Amino acid sequence: MTHRGDRALQVAGLARVEGEGAMRVRVVDGRVSDVRLEIYEPPRFFEAFLRGRRYTEPPDITARICGICPVAYQLSACQAIEDACGVEVGGAVADLRRLLYCGEWIESHALHVYLLHAPDFLGYPGVVELARDHRDIVERGLALKKAGNAILEVLGGRAVHPVNIRVGGFYRAPDRAALATLRPALRRALDDALATVSWVAGFNFPDFTHEHEMLALVEPGRYAIERGTPRTDRGLTFPVREFETHVREEQVPHSTALHAHLAGCGRYLTGPLARFALSRQWLSTAAAQAATAAGLDGGCRNPFRSIVVRAVELTYAVEEALRLIDGYEPPARSYVEVPAREGRGYGATEAPRGTLFHRYELAADGILRSARIVPPTSQNQACVEDDLRRFVQDRLDLDDRRLTHDCEQAIRNYDPCISCATHFLDLTVEREPA
Amino acid sequence: MNHVVVGIGNEFRRDDGVGPAVVARLRGQDLPGVRIADCDGETGRLLELWRDADVVIVVDAVRVEHPWPGRIHRRSLRHPAVAGRPASSHGSDLGAAVELARTLGLLPRLLLLYAVEVADTSFGLGLSAPVAAAADRLAAEVAAVLRDRDPSRIDGTTRENV
Repeated sequence: MTHRGDRALQVAGLARVEGEGAMRVRVVDGRVSDVRLEIYEPPRFFEAFLRGRRYTEPPDITARICGICPVAYQLSACQAIEDACGVEVGGAVADLRRLLYCGEWIESHALHVYLLHAPDFLGYPGVVELARDHRDIVERGLALKKAGNAILEVLGGRAVHPVNIRVGGFYRAPDRAALATLRPALRRALDDALATVSWVAGFNFPDFTHEHEMLALVEPGRYAIERGTPRTDRGLTFPVREFETHVREEQVPHSTALHAHLAGCGRYLTGPLARFALSRQWLSTAAAQAATAAGLDGGCRNPFRSIVVRAVELTYAVEEALRLIDGYEPPARSYVEVPAREGRGYGATEAPRGTLFHRYELAADGILRSARIVPPTSQNQACVEDDLRRFVQDRLDLDDRRLTHDCEQAIRNYDPCISCATHFLDLTVEREPA
Repeated sequence: MNHVVVGIGNEFRRDDGVGPAVVARLRGQDLPGVRIADCDGETGRLLELWRDADVVIVVDAVRVEHPWPGRIHRRSLRHPAVAGRPASSHGSDLGAAVELARTLGLLPRLLLLYAVEVADTSFGLGLSAPVAAAADRLAAEVAAVLRDRDPSRIDGTTRENV
């Protein structure tokens, strides 16, 4: 749609349910003056919905925020409620949680790498066209995804909105035989994951880097997934219980999603690039070797190469899942009792797309007085907009179609959690003389 | 016989929950050999659900410009309602699933899509009255299809009159 000085580009096709995601670029006299990524953020609704509910309900309810990362929401919620109640979950139950989370990482990363992001780099409009020319590659991606899915089904009861997760642990713990059924597919998945790293490392990447501060959970000795201490690559660290002091969210006019920044610092980035920067020394053997072979030893500040880091994390998650399965001894009880008490609790885990903070306030009778959820997408939004501003500026001479494609690819670098609420994104570029 | 019914949608988005509502109604019925599943509509999960299936029935919500909430559309595979690719999310959709399944040779013998026109997809629980009534009608129709000895003869596109 073109009229007068404005140019409008529509990015996506039809939508199952109309959404609210949009990207607007304003160009004045040949300079990008404004980039706004508009996202409707579901956690705000869920925070209100949780008030007045029982403290045992958030794992089930918050799982519905995102179909792709329900485990992240469930385990951040469990951790926060257990913190409020003064309970710590360890041993085999904690291992099962990490295994469950590995399943989510495998499924989510395989989806993003193969079905969403790789077609961008290879010049295909989407995975369907990629599959027409490279059926074996897409089949490999689907097999990886299935291996992750199987972990969710065995541990979570089902892959979509797992139902076996409760505050304190699991309703039922699997026996060794049940976990052993996962092993053959995961063994194949390890080869597939390594092949994935080699494959994506060979893509052509735009010459683009960011200088954002990066934040991730850190758990010395192993790659942080389901717990850890927030830390940034510039040396800031704080306990999860203090995240509200350091992570500040503010409303911006163009989005219902809050924008987060670090108090006294500014915008920051979470997600695979941040995790890799802070924890790559704790990668497993195969994942570390794959990262080296992919040229990631010096770190990675190119958001387009996040697809390579995701593939490395995919490898790590498969290796870690195999390790956990091999060492599994069923717990005597599948959960720890978590009696309600008055208090506040905080939780944080590494969702596939970044750090996810939860905070709950409980009354003595276990009723939730308040809930707060800080998802990775709102934390990353300021960085995404900043990257897009610089990215678009260098590409203003491109035609609408090409610019739209490039912006889609750039947004996908961050795997933003838009589809939880919406299946549709409009991109509008407004060009006007000064 | 290997039949699958998939309800796509999010019950926390009011009428968008019509797919899960229909499969919830079917779960209480005697339908041997039928797998009943909820799904968020993500391509890979849909493919996994209908891999090796003979008959797949998908129930989903659809938003149209001038909706008649509760009106039911039926499309067979020969008339797929193929949607576009989401721009920047970590999901993909039913249209992509159909096309990808076709490309990979994973389409079932029969794929029936039931789409229910919806109006209210704001955050919250519960279907609007006309969409809830549609869920009842649709559950009955889907159950009848599943009990049909030869559902593969079902074809074509239908739309309820309003």
